Amino acid sequence: MTAAAGSPAIEQIKQTVQENDVVLFMKGTKNFPQCGFSSRVAQILNFMEVEFADVNVLEDDALRQGVKDFTQWPTIPQLYVKGEFVGGCDIITEMTLNGELDQVLEEKAVSFNKAAVEKIREQNA
Amino acid sequence: MSVADKMREKLESAFAPSSLSITDESEQHRGHSGYREGGETHFRIEIRSAGFAGMNRVARQRAVYDVLSEELAEQVHALSLSAEPE
Repeated sequence: MTAAAGSPAIEQIKQTVQENDVVLFMKGTKNFPQCGFSSRVAQILNFMEVEFADVNVLEDDALRQGVKDFTQWPTIPQLYVKGEFVGGCDIITEMTLNGELDQVLEEKAVSFNKAAVEKIREQNA
Repeated sequence: MSVADKMREKLESAFAPSSLSITDESEQHRGHSGYREGGETHFRIEIRSAGFAGMNRVARQRAVYDVLSEELAEQVHALSLSAEPE
């Protein structure tokens, strides 16, 4: 089933990604993730001290389907920075490890703890 | 035909990959949401193809998701994916 453009769920998603610099659509919340993939991305952002809005798609089926249609991406989690879709769990993991995530955040003027992300890289080198 | 075989067939015909590995990781997710007896719910796919040249990461993954849309809508609960150009 596809959520129609202009449906309440799609409008809500649009508004959320416009109003928040960093948004993570996830299963569960940043403090209580309910899926390993969502948890990984939330942990990366928490550790990097990135301020982000978490949207729990498990709370609303229309939202869960809506975000998949909106992004044209079939899986959760989904990370948006300044209204732009950056990626899901695999992409964010890879970008964290190769420094591309730093670049995206720097380009978009989102503050984060550089020392923390470098620590993640050291530990996974 | 198993889900893995179906996905392999589709990926081979869509991307003519130079390398392709499909691993059923369902057992690692036993007890998690989406797990089903018999497996074939959680996969890891690594695919390398000249066809991905010039596409960014999001575009490459989208291309793979498109080809596997049926499987993702039905049996496959989670897919961990690495899609690289050559």
